[in-house]
Amino acid sequence: MKFAKTLLTAAALAVVLGGSAYAKTLVYCSEASPANFDPGTTTGGNDYDAGARTVYNRLVEFKHGSTEVEPGLAESWDISADGLTYTFHLRKGVKFGTTDFFTPTRDFNADDVIFSFMRQQDDKSPWFTYLPNLSYDYYVGMDMPKYTKEWKKVDDYTVQLTLTEPNAPMLANMAMDFASILSKEYADKLQAANTMPDLAAKPVGTGPFVFVDYQLDTTIRYKANPDYWAGKVKLDDLIFQITPDATTRLQKVQSGECDVMAYPNPADIPAIKADTNLTTYSMAGLNVGYMSYNTTQPPFDKPEVRHALNMAIDRDALIKSLFQDAGAVAADNLIPPTMWSWNKDVKFDKYDPEAAKKILADNGVTKIDLWASDRSRPYNPNFARAAELIQADWAKVGVTANITTEEWTKYRADGKKADRPGAFQIGWSGDNGDPDNFFATLFSCSAVGVSNYSSWCNKDFEADIQKAKTNSDMAARTKAYEDAQVIFNKEAPAFLLAHSQVYVVTDKKVTGYTQDPLAMHRFDNVDVTE
Amino acid sequence: MLRFFLNKIALIVPTLIGITICAFGFVRLLPGDPILALAGEHGVTPERYEQLKIQFGFDRPIWEQYLKYIGDILHGDFGTSIETHRPVIQEFLTLFPATVELSLCAIIFAIVLGIPAGIFAATRRGTVIDQGLMGTALIGYSMPIFWWGLLLIILFSGYLHWTPISGRIDVRYFIRPTTGLLLIDSLLSGQKGAFQSVVSHLILPTIVLGTIPLAVIARQTRSAMLEVMGEDYVRTARAKGLKARRVIGLHALRNALIPVVTTIGLQVGVLLAGAILTETIFAWPGIGKWLVDAIFKRDYVVVQSSLLLVALVVMGVNLIVDLLYAVINPRIRVQ
Repeated sequence: MKFAKTLLTAAALAVVLGGSAYAKTLVYCSEASPANFDPGTTTGGNDYDAGARTVYNRLVEFKHGSTEVEPGLAESWDISADGLTYTFHLRKGVKFGTTDFFTPTRDFNADDVIFSFMRQQDDKSPWFTYLPNLSYDYYVGMDMPKYTKEWKKVDDYTVQLTLTEPNAPMLANMAMDFASILSKEYADKLQAANTMPDLAAKPVGTGPFVFVDYQLDTTIRYKANPDYWAGKVKLDDLIFQITPDATTRLQKVQSGECDVMAYPNPADIPAIKADTNLTTYSMAGLNVGYMSYNTTQPPFDKPEVRHALNMAIDRDALIKSLFQDAGAVAADNLIPPTMWSWNKDVKFDKYDPEAAKKILADNGVTKIDLWASDRSRPYNPNFARAAELIQADWAKVGVTANITTEEWTKYRADGKKADRPGAFQIGWSGDNGDPDNFFATLFSCSAVGVSNYSSWCNKDFEADIQKAKTNSDMAARTKAYEDAQVIFNKEAPAFLLAHSQVYVVTDKKVTGYTQDPLAMHRFDNVDVTE
Repeated sequence: MLRFFLNKIALIVPTLIGITICAFGFVRLLPGDPILALAGEHGVTPERYEQLKIQFGFDRPIWEQYLKYIGDILHGDFGTSIETHRPVIQEFLTLFPATVELSLCAIIFAIVLGIPAGIFAATRRGTVIDQGLMGTALIGYSMPIFWWGLLLIILFSGYLHWTPISGRIDVRYFIRPTTGLLLIDSLLSGQKGAFQSVVSHLILPTIVLGTIPLAVIARQTRSAMLEVMGEDYVRTARAKGLKARRVIGLHALRNALIPVVTTIGLQVGVLLAGAILTETIFAWPGIGKWLVDAIFKRDYVVVQSSLLLVALVVMGVNLIVDLLYAVINPRIRVQ
């Protein structure tokens, strides 16, 4: 009887909720299920697409299609002359989304901002451990605990962040997904009801879309937020259809089952471009593939050897073979050309096997360890293939490369050891569009043993990147980073491979889509025409 | 019969213990590290790594971790996913109905086509029909699931547009799960066209997952039928002048089905193994895809507990098959 009753209730509920008449619906074929919907607790792009970029806003936002910061939930902000205090003036009249599980009774205010950051900062907060085995790793990864001295509510619509030391990229950090603003009122309600894990399962935010439902590993449904502070979006409904296989995603977008697909296979790009029913967006990704030489170990402790090894590699042929028709831009600097402060005067080592051979012979270099992983990354689709091609090029200049291939997580753990021998293939995708996110994360002295796979600690380079980090004057920062690139080029702690092209494919009926340099998939300015 | 049942149960216990050891050990033998996988490309500092190791309990001796795992399971706690922070049992129960639905359809597809094909081949032994059917079965058995699945998608969904490409139902239909079996839930929803959508989404994954069991059942039915058809009682039935259909249907098939039932039971394991690939190709939200994701993310808790749960299901089905076998063949109970 009880079962029959449940069935009837469910049937009635489904009829009520299940109207199939979606006025303007966009179906996005995403590549993976989100781990959860709390952007503070996750690290994957697919997690952020599903939570941070649909349901939530941040104090400041990245402009569509750029890494420039614009006002978000903060209408304006002031930075003190010493670069230590950030005062955010909050937007008034911003509503949190109303769902079938939560109806907000107040507008967004400073309490929500303080809550959103302090739950990640304060290990005494019950929200610090509200999920089993929780860790706010992105917050920690961006060094936020180290830089945050205090978050202070000045009044209901003013908050102040005080830093322990100047950190110019901080404003860009505030636009990142982990800095999404959650509703304190909703969190309090969940805490009172002893259902705290729902914060990660049923999100409530001020963003362009309101969360409706998630069917595990299947679909995520959103509807437009009618009270969105920037104006209601053009779509009425947004559906994420989780489709892990890239070939299947392409078939779906070609058959009209999906309107937008993420991450097509590079090999499919020519066919996609030839399909007149599809629109292909591409741009140089905010990423870099490179190969780190361990500069503390011979023979890589000599810059001339590192340069010679670079000169021995036919980089154009390597890029052509690895990225095929998907294409990639050969890297002259660590940062891509689309990023501010990119130094156009710096040119990477030219392919010159004869000169390389002589330098290597003079230095007695005959054997080298060369590392590869089993994983495909946007900045290097095939480490093993790349290793084989580099091995062949080095063989031509009299150097025998011994290739070691390892599983991805073990690979990175072994790669960052200070005594690791050899040349190590790796890469990076940017988080916030600030050059610091490349230079300091990958080649600062403090990153040795963490993500500085070259174990390269150069005092001039370090001085430049620290100067840029602690100075909020853009011209001064740009100059410091340009100088840092010159030093990097001269010292050659790594072989720079390429900045890969990033693709998004949409049906022709999708309009207004803007590709994002940070590889986000955002739908708040998208429309569909029938 | 009760003793037979208890004997079977007694055998399950050591098997289960063995499976817990294998599942627990297997995932730890894999190269990789759940903490580094979780940290993403940022990596973690050595200090943070040690902190997380303690938090997850990976700093304890391996035997202590194993005993804790067993203790938790005995208390009904299958752990919490490192990646999603959700209880494993909750995720399993959410996703399992999708695998059940697909597997049931696949096995029904295999039985409905496999048994008649086997009988047909056996009654026409040595003819072109027999050789054609068994040759086809061999091809079906040998085909890699991933390739077969993509081929069918490209042909039937891509070129001919006869079937949807992936998923369980058209996204236009929004059905909250009641039984978890969408064939039933779509009917209960009352939404026009929902049931047809579910059926159309099931066609290709059912064919892909059911192909190997279909081939196995057809070959097993054929050989069992050939063996039985040579028995004295079949000859006697023929000598009595019974019609061929009655001899085959009543006398031969009933006896030939005994080993076929066992074969069908054994296919459950094959189906779950096949489901891993089929679900990945068709974005079918079942436990196969879930397990693959967990292995890639080195989510130890999900891998070890889901393997145990899958093993429990396979053993449960095999127990039912054994009991069924004992019912249709009383000699088994004595043996």
